[in-house]
Amino acid sequence: MSEMVKMNAIQAINAAMFEAMEADPKVLVLGEDIADREGGGVTGTMRGLSSKFGTDRVCTTPISEQAIIGAAIGAAINGYKPVAEIMLMNFTTVAMDMIFNHAAKLRFMSGGQTSVPMVIRTLTGAGWQTAGQHADHLEGWFAHAAGIKVVCPSNPADYKGLLLGAIADPDPVLFVETGGTLFIPGDVPADQGAIPLGKAKVVQEGSDVTIISYSTMVMRCQMALAGLAEAGISAEIIDLRTISPWDREAVLASVAKTGRALIVHEAIRNFGPGAEIAATINEELFGQLKAPVRRLGGPYSPVPFSKPLEDAFVTSPEAIVETVKGMMG
Amino acid sequence: MAELSNAPAPTGEQLVDIYRRMIRIERNDEAIRKTVRLGRLTMPYYSARGQEVIPSAISSLLNPDDQICTIYRGIHDMVAKDMPLRPLWAEIAGRIDGTCKGKGGPMHLTHPPSGVMVTTGVVGSSMPIANGLAWAAKLDGSKRVAIAYFGDGASNIGAFHESLNLASVWKLPVIFVCQNNGFAEHTRYENATSVDQISKRAAGYGMPGYTVDGNDPEAMFAAAHSAIARARNGEGPTLLECKTFRFHGHVLGDDDFYMTKEEKEAAMAKDPLPAFRAKLIADGHATEAQLDRLQSDIEAEIADAQEFGLNSPFPSADELRRDVFAEEIPA
Repeated sequence: MSEMVKMNAIQAINAAMFEAMEADPKVLVLGEDIADREGGGVTGTMRGLSSKFGTDRVCTTPISEQAIIGAAIGAAINGYKPVAEIMLMNFTTVAMDMIFNHAAKLRFMSGGQTSVPMVIRTLTGAGWQTAGQHADHLEGWFAHAAGIKVVCPSNPADYKGLLLGAIADPDPVLFVETGGTLFIPGDVPADQGAIPLGKAKVVQEGSDVTIISYSTMVMRCQMALAGLAEAGISAEIIDLRTISPWDREAVLASVAKTGRALIVHEAIRNFGPGAEIAATINEELFGQLKAPVRRLGGPYSPVPFSKPLEDAFVTSPEAIVETVKGMMG
Repeated sequence: MAELSNAPAPTGEQLVDIYRRMIRIERNDEAIRKTVRLGRLTMPYYSARGQEVIPSAISSLLNPDDQICTIYRGIHDMVAKDMPLRPLWAEIAGRIDGTCKGKGGPMHLTHPPSGVMVTTGVVGSSMPIANGLAWAAKLDGSKRVAIAYFGDGASNIGAFHESLNLASVWKLPVIFVCQNNGFAEHTRYENATSVDQISKRAAGYGMPGYTVDGNDPEAMFAAAHSAIARARNGEGPTLLECKTFRFHGHVLGDDDFYMTKEEKEAAMAKDPLPAFRAKLIADGHATEAQLDRLQSDIEAEIADAQEFGLNSPFPSADELRRDVFAEEIPA
């Protein structure tokens, strides 16, 4: 058993960056405000990197999202491994052409001659009263584009391991950080290495229902466990960790065992990642299901500012308990 | 234009090399148009006939490892960069022997051995990526330069402005080459662009900008020489606006309703190819017979490439699973 170090996700991201940059001189960092002169990034995740590795490798950019992603793509094609920060996920929309039409497709369109081994780190999540343009969960958009991987960690150890995995990955990866998970300390193995993308993790074993989640909502699912136990329900919780490609085998094995599935995400429920997972479960396991597959996600509305509205936007542990109870009949 | 007048005049050999690239572009374009019209190739074709001088003069000064990022009207840029024609033809025909196994097609050719790194179908998208190519060249400590080719319409896209600013702040070895043919698709230049010369926009980004006669090989050579030298010396980017004209409208089949017949005829009368050929002979840089021979060699190369491309097999359906990611995706 490796020695555990207590740290939060910001420290875990920072540690991963130091390790990756030390191990591979081809790893670069670029984004708004990321050099130490500007504070090491809006959440301080890049702090110390420019002082150690220099501003040739850790570059503060203008507020120019298309230019950031374009520069990362070009450098990646030429053999570098850029980690580009788009401060907030909503701002990826400004660079969508670069991400969707170029980063995600250049390997395919070139018949495999060029690859784009870059990481786009970005932050999002409701709960900070940042309202409509600073808090959306858009992972479903990216998962729908063939050619880009989407990673959504939920705890410090995974932040470190998945970021190392994303940097090592030969393809473009969108790495989604969430406000709700950044500041909560957790145990990180001192030797935490890269976690391969596309592998889910069972964070709670159970036998009556499989709850599939990721990012901030994993914690909410864990908070629902007490209420479920009280109702005599044994829940298995799967943290997907990677949204695209998602771990079908792990999800289907668990649902085959429990016979019930609920998907919980913060992204709006309509056309969200839960729809894809639910459809797959129905296609593969229809005869074995004891209840219809259910989904919990954000309501069909922009993320609101007003606190009670914002609270209502995010699925509560109570709603999870109630939904699962309704599946048990 | 003081700086440009300092550029050395091209030698006779260099002028003939520019002509070789031009005639290779022109003959290849003619062959593609003919093949499309005969129904032997099905594709949207954006002919660059009339724009031969620009990439030819630039490429005559580039090394094989210098890189270009071009656009859907960019086959002339690739041909100028000495891309082999066999895989080019196989690619535009969607065949397995194409540069991109037929998955990119005429709007997305890539051929790194020739320095053709990205071809984009999205107006304005060549510039942000060329910056990255140039950034890597700088980090490598190399003298490589990157060329971003684009049209006049692209100078109105946000990516143009973001790219010029970043390239200037980072002093990147990149040259922004606007091939200004006077029309953004069907829209006349002055109806969509705020300045009378796109080169004026360079001032807003702290870099030199020149408007050049893109149909004049010697003027283009001088401008390219100055910009490339500046990039190689670590002095940063340059914006070149190269004035030209496209002979065949926006896309092949376009009836050019948005320009007058007189205007088009006047522009086509200024076709740079026959004039340049006559000048090379008059100035004693080449004989009629030498240029005829050059042309017939090129025609043979194109005929061979066409034959090869059109007879290459189509890719099999399992190619859909390859190159999405580095690892093949499950069926």
